[in-house]
Amino acid sequence: MAALVYFSSASENTHRFVEKLGLPAHRIPLRRTDPPLQVEEPYVLVVPTYGGGNEGGAVPRQVVAFLNDPHNRSLIRGVIAAGNTNFGAAYGIAGDIVAAKCGVPYLYAFELMGTSEDVTRVRDGLGRLWQRSSLTPA
Amino acid sequence: MSPSPKLKLIDRVSAINWNRVEDEKDSEVWDRLTGNFWLPEKVPVSNDIQSWATLTDVEKTMTTRVFTGLTLLDTIQGTVGAVSLIPDAITPHEEAVYTNIAFMESVHAKSYSSIFSTLISTREIDDAFRWSEENPNLQRKAAIVLDYYRGDEPLKRKVASTMLESFLFYSGFYAPMYWASRAKLTNTADLIRLIIRDEAVHGYYIGYKYQKGLEQLTTAERQELKDYTFDLLFELYDNEVEYTQDLYDDLGLTEDVKKFLRYNANKALMNLGYEALFPRDETDVNPSILAALSPNADENHDFFSGSGSSYVIGKAVVTEDEDWEF
Repeated sequence: MAALVYFSSASENTHRFVEKLGLPAHRIPLRRTDPPLQVEEPYVLVVPTYGGGNEGGAVPRQVVAFLNDPHNRSLIRGVIAAGNTNFGAAYGIAGDIVAAKCGVPYLYAFELMGTSEDVTRVRDGLGRLWQRSSLTPA
Repeated sequence: MSPSPKLKLIDRVSAINWNRVEDEKDSEVWDRLTGNFWLPEKVPVSNDIQSWATLTDVEKTMTTRVFTGLTLLDTIQGTVGAVSLIPDAITPHEEAVYTNIAFMESVHAKSYSSIFSTLISTREIDDAFRWSEENPNLQRKAAIVLDYYRGDEPLKRKVASTMLESFLFYSGFYAPMYWASRAKLTNTADLIRLIIRDEAVHGYYIGYKYQKGLEQLTTAERQELKDYTFDLLFELYDNEVEYTQDLYDDLGLTEDVKKFLRYNANKALMNLGYEALFPRDETDVNPSILAALSPNADENHDFFSGSGSSYVIGKAVVTEDEDWEF
């Protein structure tokens, strides 16, 4: 059984989106003092883009720390990113960065906490994806 | 001379200690805003002079009126709106972020003047400002927002402020995105994109602080504010539709702009923690406008809706993050 792994800042936007999906999900802790998350099954990562463009840091540092763990990294199968088109070329760029670094598909981008249409499309899409063998361990 | 009794100042001042940040969002947003700092002198708007000359008189009039309207909103937000949030701040760091927001709104207001002085004759500018001062829908928009800024309800001020940052600018922002999609006034569009980026952080942050404020309230009080928010949205939306007709009817763009309005109204609601209101088929913004706003938005980031055979891996992105270890 595959799952979701997600990060959400205190704004809770990504948390709300994942809640609406209603699928099994593990949350990457907000604080470095919290025990780190270790996953044991394939997962799709849901990550917010920290907006701006001028600076680095589009991928939240907690997510970078999670992916720096080789075991966690070996189990990622795809990435879904949140963002805001008002950030121009930086819209949802956390998804581009993670997809390129980890060699997995960028599955979907949504804005802020996502609309009900986003929820339906992602839920249906993940259902089909997980039925295929590509997401289960070899 | 005694100060005006209406003048509200903060009643405590303590030295700000950035080494003890009570809400990490304050320092995160401060870093983002200061990292995004810019000035209009950096954008070569004068390269648009030839392009401006290709516009028809009707197109020039619309564009000039749009910018006087945006100037008015940024003036309100810089001198009244963001400043009115300071006394309600919970932390000194939140106060500091509002002072940054207020300053940047003044930079935005000045940016429109630099567009005006570069592209447009004094007579055209004066005519457009006169139109703005006399346009009832623009004035009503300003009056509605100012009324809440002067009221004594901190959370309603935040709602009005988020509406302004995330919704009310967009009847105007449509125009430079429209020109950019037709490869016109592209430097002006670059400048406006910098403003749009700033407003996105402002709306996100003020909406976040609104939600933190809601956490302290009873269920009934939260419901009252939610009802208030949607009532205000509908009042502002009806007014925006009329304002949009005033600006864009002559060019036949009104229906296209209205989709952009509803799309952004949804985002304003989400910034306040509420679900989007307008359904997808009323918010399907013209793809060329969306692409002018964000070149990344029209790329295929919907792997699910494809045939399933395409395997899109993100293009290599130069990251400055040094904490990646692989």
